[in-house]
Amino acid sequence: MTTFFSRSPFAGFMGGKKRMPDGVWIKCDGCNQAIYRNELDENRQVCPMCGHHYRISARRRIEIVVDEGSFAETHTDIRSADPLQFKVGKETYAQRIERAREASGIDEALLTGFAAIEGQRAVIGAMDAQFIMASMGSAVGERFCRAAADAIADRLCFVCFAASGGARMQEGILALMQMAKTVDSIRQMNEAGVPFISVLTDATTGGVYASFASLGDVTLAEPGANIGFAGKRLIEGALKVKIPEGFQTSEYQYKNGFIDRIVDRAELRPTLAKLIQYLTPAT
Amino acid sequence: MAERKSGHSGAVETILPFERHLLELEDKIRSSDSEEERVKLERELQKERESVYPNLSAWQRVQLARHAMRPRMLDYTSRIFDDVFELHGDRALGDDAAMVTGIARFQGRTVMIVGQQKGVSTEEKVSRNFGMAHPEGYRKARRLFKMAERLRLPVISFVDTPAAHPGIEAEQHGQGPAIAQSILQCLNTRTPTMAAVLGEGGSGGALAIAVCDYVAMFEYAIYVICPPERCAEILWRDVEKKDMAASALRVTAGDLQDLGVIDAVMPEPGGGAHRNPDAAAQVLATEIDRFLLGCQQGRWNIERRRRKFQRMGVWYEELANVREAVD
Repeated sequence: MTTFFSRSPFAGFMGGKKRMPDGVWIKCDGCNQAIYRNELDENRQVCPMCGHHYRISARRRIEIVVDEGSFAETHTDIRSADPLQFKVGKETYAQRIERAREASGIDEALLTGFAAIEGQRAVIGAMDAQFIMASMGSAVGERFCRAAADAIADRLCFVCFAASGGARMQEGILALMQMAKTVDSIRQMNEAGVPFISVLTDATTGGVYASFASLGDVTLAEPGANIGFAGKRLIEGALKVKIPEGFQTSEYQYKNGFIDRIVDRAELRPTLAKLIQYLTPAT
Repeated sequence: MAERKSGHSGAVETILPFERHLLELEDKIRSSDSEEERVKLERELQKERESVYPNLSAWQRVQLARHAMRPRMLDYTSRIFDDVFELHGDRALGDDAAMVTGIARFQGRTVMIVGQQKGVSTEEKVSRNFGMAHPEGYRKARRLFKMAERLRLPVISFVDTPAAHPGIEAEQHGQGPAIAQSILQCLNTRTPTMAAVLGEGGSGGALAIAVCDYVAMFEYAIYVICPPERCAEILWRDVEKKDMAASALRVTAGDLQDLGVIDAVMPEPGGGAHRNPDAAAQVLATEIDRFLLGCQQGRWNIERRRRKFQRMGVWYEELANVREAVD
């Protein structure tokens, strides 16, 4: 699994090339135009010139999508343990988690909770790439499953914003097993007739893409997101071929039949509200 | 790794460094005329094995699991089953030779089989894509599981793959969704299922057919979240740290049993399954027999399987709610 990222895994992904650099003016990754930072913030981190969608944190995601003040976070007490006593150099996995907490301001790579979108109640999940590339370990798996159980208990839609480098290596095989565990939660929602809406954002790859993220009743994606199973660099290395332009983008996956609709960030709220309204089971 | 052309089966005979001395002893035993010397050498060989194998490093065990001479799925099925009727194609796009599916007969009973075949000769390896399945393969597996349920037959899955194929076409045809749907099908199949990890259980590509009631793993097989080389490259930023990564990832059968991920470890003949494929096949046949006996006794049921996977993982949970209740 674990199609972690091209370029240096931490530096490129976490550091800031794609996320917001400091400074008043920045050069857009999409169109190379200078954009005023405040303008970008106000525009939900989407370039006003070219529409390039920057990655956003889970907190910002929730702020953008749900009704103000409606988010009630759940399962915050579920945290990563260190079952393998994993250590890279001097840094233990527990220390790595601590570092991720400081960098991201959240406790795990997936936040869950109850919320309303344009008045429509739902269970929401949002992954955060700043937290060890939003990789899925036991805590992420458990949080996902509890949120799915909440959706089943209250007969609400479960809307999950996926973004992930894959299964979390520091938890070894137990992280891989979270794929089976989360898929079982999908099965439970399927049987209960509770809708699962999967929103794929930049980047959704590896074990998360190969489990719950691609099993939505409805699958949406943000424009230009990287979505795929194996990392591009891995494919290039294995096949010694040049990857075609636009490979593994939202648009590519849409064309190939794996996504229902590509939705601009500005349109997420009304789109999701409509879907939740149409699909939430009658009680 | 030394290589010499082998006279049989078209496989390139490969000798790992820690195997060399053992093979020399075996050669000596074979060519010895004196009964007395043979007994002495046999004893020496036994002692040597006992000192080498329990002390293999994690990386050496990875090498054993990937051993070029290691028996493959079809080496086992041809020995274990009275007959195999292979089923081809995913009924949508094509037939993936890396994934083998079929109907098999075991001691007068019918079972459904599915698994990855890495290939033995160079030609077969290429035609089977080294056991790396495309989405067509996972959809073929899904077809097999569905058919087994329809016809109320148990499934035996043979896991031996480095990974699901990483490629342009595989992505185009939905490798991620195909694996996810295969896992979902495993959890939805209402007949008993068993998975045997033969050599390499490579991440999602392996898991896709391994979410089963009973998971047994050969002693020198590995089951990994990602190849140790790749883990070393990503976390240590140095491929050469693969030994360290292999040991940190806890990839051996014993590790996986301790972590509650597999149900049984199948002991291998001295020196590994490739030193005596018949004996290894016998061990696997015994395990299959045990599984099928469990079927008759109603030991497996789908809810138990689902609970088993629901419980996997280790996390920390503050008992905030409990504490509140007590207060």
